[in-house]
Amino acid sequence: MGFKHKDLLGLEQLQPDEIRHILDTAVPMKDIICREIKKVPTLRGRTVINLFYEASTRTRTSFELAGKYMGADTINIATATSSVVKGESLLDTARTLEAMGADVVVIRHQASGAPHFLARNLNAAVINAGDGTHEHPTQALLDMLTIREKKGRLEGLVVTILGDILHSRVARSNIWGLTKMGAEVRVVGPATLVPGIFRQMGVRVIHRVEEALAGADVINVLRIQQERQAKGLLPSLREYARMYALTPERLVLAAPDVLVLHPGPMNRGIEIHPAVADGVASAITEQVTNGVAVRMALLYLLMGGGQSHGTTD
Amino acid sequence: MVTSSFKFSPVRLARNNSGLLILACPPCRGRFFAISGSTPYFQGVEDVQVVTKAEIMDADKMRRALTRVAHEIIERNRGTDNLALVGIRRRGVPLAERLAANIRQIEGVVVPVGILDITLYRDDLTTLAQQPVLHKTEVPFPVVGKRIVLVDDVLYTGRTVRAALDALIDLGRPAWIQLAVLVDRGHRELPIRADFVGKNVPTSRREVISVHLTEVDGLDKVVIGEIIE
Repeated sequence: MGFKHKDLLGLEQLQPDEIRHILDTAVPMKDIICREIKKVPTLRGRTVINLFYEASTRTRTSFELAGKYMGADTINIATATSSVVKGESLLDTARTLEAMGADVVVIRHQASGAPHFLARNLNAAVINAGDGTHEHPTQALLDMLTIREKKGRLEGLVVTILGDILHSRVARSNIWGLTKMGAEVRVVGPATLVPGIFRQMGVRVIHRVEEALAGADVINVLRIQQERQAKGLLPSLREYARMYALTPERLVLAAPDVLVLHPGPMNRGIEIHPAVADGVASAITEQVTNGVAVRMALLYLLMGGGQSHGTTD
Repeated sequence: MVTSSFKFSPVRLARNNSGLLILACPPCRGRFFAISGSTPYFQGVEDVQVVTKAEIMDADKMRRALTRVAHEIIERNRGTDNLALVGIRRRGVPLAERLAANIRQIEGVVVPVGILDITLYRDDLTTLAQQPVLHKTEVPFPVVGKRIVLVDDVLYTGRTVRAALDALIDLGRPAWIQLAVLVDRGHRELPIRADFVGKNVPTSRREVISVHLTEVDGLDKVVIGEIIE
């Protein structure tokens, strides 16, 4: 099983076998994070540049640590303190970084499609760390790794994604990935944030939270962004919390062994009740560890690892 | 008899200045890949045919060799105190388990067995035509202070063992590391030697040693083949 792509831009383009290959490769990577010497020499001499046009703590740190654990050199560029503020274009910035020897450019950008544009114009491998409202493939991969680890499978599971689906790249990547892997996906939230057009992606669109949670094996709670209220898509955050927050009372509607995920950062008391976030069903801290493992696997695969099923001599 | 053949069509064979067979692979952005080690690297390669020349070990010879090696391990270590076996994936693992079973028969002691995946420690990440899929390293005991016997099927260039030493030392600081192999075929590229050898087989670089084990391949034998271009 090979990984034949130069870049990772989204899960839409990946085959189920390729997704499975990434998840399988992430499993031994997790062992490295958990041991005393958290470093392997595999990517020694390679350079990974994190180019973030949007704020991020966990994704950026996760990529940085993943690169470091694999032995690569990693550099972070926060655009607020870079020559981007002097008006340099995305392509010029990226070309400059490539000219300094970047092997991988990890990019987060507010414009959907920015990573695809870079991928066409750079020889370096490009990893999409979130582009606009389009995709956030590594988040979906770490969600799937967490689900597979806890449930032993993805196929046939009922996964409910709860929250602002319309503006969420996490939701889109999860929908692409989970449906490819044979899970049944439901999306739920207010009609302004969960339009019926999502049916085209092969998911069930539901507006009543109780109906969406009934019998769910996994609930992935998304962050409600405060600015949605200003746009008039939500009457108020309090009303959203009353209608859609994942509370202990609502959680009992789901399967007895339900798994609760949240990509973070959490608004405790708005989309998720603290008792659920910290409860037994929650795998939210596990997701963070798995995020590093998935990103280690991706860096390894994009840099040439895991191209066949041969064995070592 | 053809034992394996390549599948991708655009692959060409050439020989580099140090006599290593290399593959020119245009779709892989012009990179060249060295072929080394035993047969698995040839899986899926077209234009390469490996012709079996002779069987150098059958099941009985292998069993006797492993019994002798088990005795040697116990003798060299003056017993089994602090002893542990670590097999290098893939065929080193069943060999380590067989040695552990032999030691148990001889001494009545169960010696712990670990599994090492050295993929992340190889020095040929982008130069190898066929990268192995990553598996877990499973060493279920602390290696600190242990007398570790690394076990592998074929000792050739020594690069696998070099990688295994690094991988093992990243798990802790063993008191002692020794090396046991079923076949030593020579052509070392690093200052590495085996402490315990099942059989020494002088080879040329054109030849291929393949170790078949019941656990992996359904039968026990070691054959020597030659690459025909």
